[in-house]
Amino acid sequence: MQTQNIPTEELQGIVGEEHVREAAAEDAVDGVEPSFVVEPGTVEETSEVTKLATREGLAVSPRGGGTKMGLGNPPREVDIILSTARMDGIIEHVPGDQIVRVQTGLRLRDLQENLAESDQMLGVDPPEEGATVGGIVAANSSGPRRLRYGTVRDLIIGIKVVLADGTVAKAGGKVVKNVAGYDLSKLFTGSLGTLGVIAEANFRLHPIRETARTVFVEVDDHEKIADVVQELTHSSLSQFVLDALEMRWEGGRGVIAALFEGIEPAVEAQSSAATEVLRSHGEMSVLGEDDGKAFWEHFARRPWEAGDVGLKIGAPPSELTAVLASVLGAAERTGARVSLSGHAGTGVTFAGLSGGEAGLVEVVEEVREIRLPRGGSVVVQEAPLTVKERLDVWGTGGDYLGLTRRVKEKFDPGYTMNPGRFLGGI
Amino acid sequence: MDREQLIETMQEILGPEGVIHKHEELRTYECDGLMNYRVIPDLVVLPESAEQVQQIVKTCYDEGIPFVARGSGTGLSGGALPIESGVLIVLTRLRRILEVDIPNGRVVVEPGVINVWVSQEVADEGYYYAPDPASQIVSSIGGNLAENSGGVHCLKYGFTTNHVMGAEVVLPDGSVVHIGGGKAPDAPGYELLGAFVGSEGTLGIATKITLRILRQPEDVRTLLAAFKDTEEAGGAVSGIIGGGIVPAAIEMMDALTIEAVEKQISPGFPEAGAILIVELDGPEAEVEHQFEHVIRVCEENDASEIRVAEDDEERALFWKGRKAAFGAMGSISNDYYVQDGVVPRTELGAVLKKIADLSEEYGLRVANVFHAGDGNLHPLVLYDNDAPGEAEKAEELAGEIVFACLEHGGSLTGEHGIGRDKMKYMPQMFTTDDMDVMQLLRCAFDPHRICNPGKIFPTPRLCGERPGPFHMHPVQKAGLAENF
Repeated sequence: MQTQNIPTEELQGIVGEEHVREAAAEDAVDGVEPSFVVEPGTVEETSEVTKLATREGLAVSPRGGGTKMGLGNPPREVDIILSTARMDGIIEHVPGDQIVRVQTGLRLRDLQENLAESDQMLGVDPPEEGATVGGIVAANSSGPRRLRYGTVRDLIIGIKVVLADGTVAKAGGKVVKNVAGYDLSKLFTGSLGTLGVIAEANFRLHPIRETARTVFVEVDDHEKIADVVQELTHSSLSQFVLDALEMRWEGGRGVIAALFEGIEPAVEAQSSAATEVLRSHGEMSVLGEDDGKAFWEHFARRPWEAGDVGLKIGAPPSELTAVLASVLGAAERTGARVSLSGHAGTGVTFAGLSGGEAGLVEVVEEVREIRLPRGGSVVVQEAPLTVKERLDVWGTGGDYLGLTRRVKEKFDPGYTMNPGRFLGGI
Repeated sequence: MDREQLIETMQEILGPEGVIHKHEELRTYECDGLMNYRVIPDLVVLPESAEQVQQIVKTCYDEGIPFVARGSGTGLSGGALPIESGVLIVLTRLRRILEVDIPNGRVVVEPGVINVWVSQEVADEGYYYAPDPASQIVSSIGGNLAENSGGVHCLKYGFTTNHVMGAEVVLPDGSVVHIGGGKAPDAPGYELLGAFVGSEGTLGIATKITLRILRQPEDVRTLLAAFKDTEEAGGAVSGIIGGGIVPAAIEMMDALTIEAVEKQISPGFPEAGAILIVELDGPEAEVEHQFEHVIRVCEENDASEIRVAEDDEERALFWKGRKAAFGAMGSISNDYYVQDGVVPRTELGAVLKKIADLSEEYGLRVANVFHAGDGNLHPLVLYDNDAPGEAEKAEELAGEIVFACLEHGGSLTGEHGIGRDKMKYMPQMFTTDDMDVMQLLRCAFDPHRICNPGKIFPTPRLCGERPGPFHMHPVQKAGLAENF
């Protein structure tokens, strides 16, 4: 911490004295302690802050709800936490156009509550409680309903960003269909604050569906999970329109759950057909809307706790059995405890590992060795610092790494924004 | 390298039949689907493999020769307009479907593959490729990717960008990258694929494209409803969507369009001030229930006639009438200018009124046919090229229409792209900072500005990274860019 080099008074002049505070221990990012937490109230103030940081050579970490500050490699440095907490308004919601424009410090929960009054919703449902819209965009986090609605990149239609040099720029707009100019909304999705601060975001919305039915089946063999998933997604008997298709594997027991949302007769017909398909695979249950809500809250959470190692594995859905086997096999050999979950319908698997850090690094390395030659990715989403020090959380990236770095260096040549956290040391 | 040497080098890569260099043969390629811009390229090359594309691009890069990629040439914004001193890389010979992977719902194709081939290839398995631009029987997947093509069903299923899952891309320096996960989701790093799709051929050339295919819906129902005017039809659109229904498609045609279509192909559309075609698809029980709602809304908005397609044949007839709308204008006007603009759906009425006013003011007829669900207008400005000054007047009127779209919170283009045609309007929608920041991306992909220069941005920027003493870049010399 070198607070003496930071022009504190100038920062206070930009955002107001009460919106600059000295960082506390809990503001540390992977062990790196910042000097100040700054809370700008407007895009203009945000721009002044990043401009000052660039001028002074200070590193800036944007922060929303702080629910995903563990994502990424440990930062090379952090001087200022730029909190979007005060920029939490809905700028415009036009129910008739099914679009919303928001400031990114807005919490998703608050946005959804507001939209629900018009029977609408933003089709993202990541499990992190208290996450802001900006954090969700920056981390591209997703939940079960990505099977139907896609991820943030499929729903974002416009963006306003503040670059490290203070430039404020927008792209896209507030209409769903729009091909004017480059789609920077997508480029910034998942950029983890390394290209600039995402200040505003516009989204297309969907109607809230009338009712829901959840069908789940329990299996005792992990190889059966992929069979069930393939049968539900490609069944020739019935053409399911699933809103979510998720799995969990804990303590030698697996559950595969399918969610159907829509109007009552359709949901009834689809879930009945699904029970017919699933009946032969194991013990089966059907839940109505309210029980389903409670079920999914539990079922959709990541399979790890703070202090564990959490992996996100991307693979073709048809390779689910091989993915599960690679993790379970490696964990067994090293004596690690393992829990699994995943968006089985789209090929995303999460693994939570605990017990003995040295062994956990070994598990990650082994899973990477098996999986990466087949394409896809193995990203460490959560890990204690001692583990992060021994591996790159993103892996090596593909042949696009050089291009990725060129993009970074165009948008943020001084590596002001979140330096060191992203792929390839970006 | 002079022209003769370039021809020789390209012939070494492609063989003599892969290089077109005679003036009269080059003329075939002087424009794309937008015919009011014409440029004869220096050279046309016809690669047959990704490796050949890479070698061509590498040669261009080494020699500082600008190039333009072209698919089927159906684009409507001049995105594939050649450069006089440049090479036109025509990708129609890369037309293999490389892989069909049903368990993962993916098809891997070369860029020259025609859109509709993909659905045909997987139809027997019960799958289809969702994006369906009106040009789908001739337009290529590579061109669809470059333009982020839409289509009548994109309201529910999204655009090309939501269905391209990965691409092998030859970058403007001749190197090859694989972006997007392809079959695996959530590749770490920036969302380069999302930025690449819709970049109108300015960031590189896709040589292999992984597409997502969907299960064919269990049930499809289509109706055609006639209304007194576009306002009442618009009321029905709001009623349908406001009722929480996301139709697979909802299209509107005005009286003039109906007249033209009737003259051209006689689908037997009712005489009306406006026609809506509404299609619902999905699980049978859902479609049945929602279809009743749609009929009710049409009735409440005083539809004079509602026809429900009894079978696939009648459905195909409805769509044939809709998809023929552009071409049919030839039956009521010598020439027409196709505009493409977007307005928020709730502003449709106001903008249609403005278009009617403009039509009167300019003394030119404007036919309206559009994707009503997402507010994507396609006004067709009718004019006579032989009448002095009328073509210019038509273009001006078309420009006024997109300005009206912008005034009402919309966009310059919903699916045809900026290309060469709408560059001049970009500053109406974006600030200099907005465009400069977009061009940072361009500089990362194509620092020497050789990949389809002179498109999208009215004030192109060089990326300011040439070391040593200043030399004017060929693109700059040709007046196609200025320094950052």
